[in-house]
Amino acid sequence: MKFLHEYRDPELVQAYLSEINDLISQDWTLMEFCGGQTHSLVKNGLLDILPDKIHMVHGPGCPVCVTPLGMIDQAIELAMAKDVILCSFGDMLRVPGSEKSLLEARGAGGDVRFLYSPMEAVKIAQQNPDKEVIFFAVGFETTAPANALSVLHAQQYGLRNYSILSSHILVPPAMEAVLDDDKSQIQGFIGAGNVCSVMGLAAYEDIVVRREIPLVVTGFEPVDLLQGILMLVQQLEAGEAKLENQYARVVPWDGNPMAKQVIQKVFEITDREWRGIGVLPNSGWQVKPEFKDFDATKKFGLGAPAPKESGECIAGEILTGQRKPKDCPHFGKKCNPVTPLGAPMVSSEGACAAYYHFTEAFS
Amino acid sequence: MCLAIPGKIKSITSTDGMIRTAKVVFGNIIKEAFLDMVPNAKEGDYVLVHAGVAINVVNELEAKRTFSYLKRYGGLEDLIPEKAG
Repeated sequence: MKFLHEYRDPELVQAYLSEINDLISQDWTLMEFCGGQTHSLVKNGLLDILPDKIHMVHGPGCPVCVTPLGMIDQAIELAMAKDVILCSFGDMLRVPGSEKSLLEARGAGGDVRFLYSPMEAVKIAQQNPDKEVIFFAVGFETTAPANALSVLHAQQYGLRNYSILSSHILVPPAMEAVLDDDKSQIQGFIGAGNVCSVMGLAAYEDIVVRREIPLVVTGFEPVDLLQGILMLVQQLEAGEAKLENQYARVVPWDGNPMAKQVIQKVFEITDREWRGIGVLPNSGWQVKPEFKDFDATKKFGLGAPAPKESGECIAGEILTGQRKPKDCPHFGKKCNPVTPLGAPMVSSEGACAAYYHFTEAFS
Repeated sequence: MCLAIPGKIKSITSTDGMIRTAKVVFGNIIKEAFLDMVPNAKEGDYVLVHAGVAINVVNELEAKRTFSYLKRYGGLEDLIPEKAG
């Protein structure tokens, strides 16, 4: 349990909490979509101080967690091939494939490098013309501009030895899938500010109007999240369903038009498998045919990754809010961050891993 | 891994006359960031950087506030990839 004075703005935290308490007349189930927000809610003890009538459900917004096992296996297979340098973000380091992680692939002789940016992988390709340099490009909309830009720069430099293995996924189709689930109780969404700084709020207008569900875009600090929850409660108690921006100081309504242009130039919409959820239609980005020389899937004839999930993981129920991490019989036992059985335990931003690391009930 | 980290542009370099990159200061870490998405960004500006690409210009107050939060809560690991995950 965290005490109010431990927050950076304790008065503001108290003010938002009081306002929520004053307003709330019934139970409301809300989903924060982004893993960074889940991490913040759990780590900062917000779940302990929110009124009992607020039920927070933790969404599938951790790209590392939902990258399909079969795709990690493909990346590992590429990494073990001769004359290949396989690069990815540090977050993918320890994520287990069906037999090993990328880190273990490196231990077994693969040339695997963990980078801060795909642009560094382009440099590695320039410096190693006799090697194939592949960037394992995971991520949501926030990460897409960097991955797309790496392709454009590689093309500009005339590189023939750079490609990306795209595992890009999109937020709105996953929100839709969560709502489509028969057992879903979600009545409002907290949207991720970082995603919107690229795509803008416009990306959510359709889902808010068509599904009549309120959505507030927030930052990830405790005060941002609390204010977002308050804004959702205000809407729900008034019977409204609007798209609102709590994070206007950072997120422009239209996002970044240049970033969107770069994404649209390189990527096109595709169906994508989400670990723990399954295949969602139109939920990802793949490299457009005109950039096929930079698409590792095409260049190395990879085909669709085979689904290989453990039947013991209840990720689907966790990610749609039907069950909490601690409801799972394997939580903290057979399933832990070192040997995860499924998606939400894979990265520290996954709901199960956040509970494992930060909740007192477990420690 | 989706966090964008605010930093201050220390200097700007133009390579090949087309691609603009900046040295961006994140506390005591300096990283290169590409400025393709923020063509109007200039030295001294604060930018939100994700995966080595600046995605927006932000004001100084917001940048400092977000940075201090990220520093306190271990959100800077993306800058040092071998420590993340």
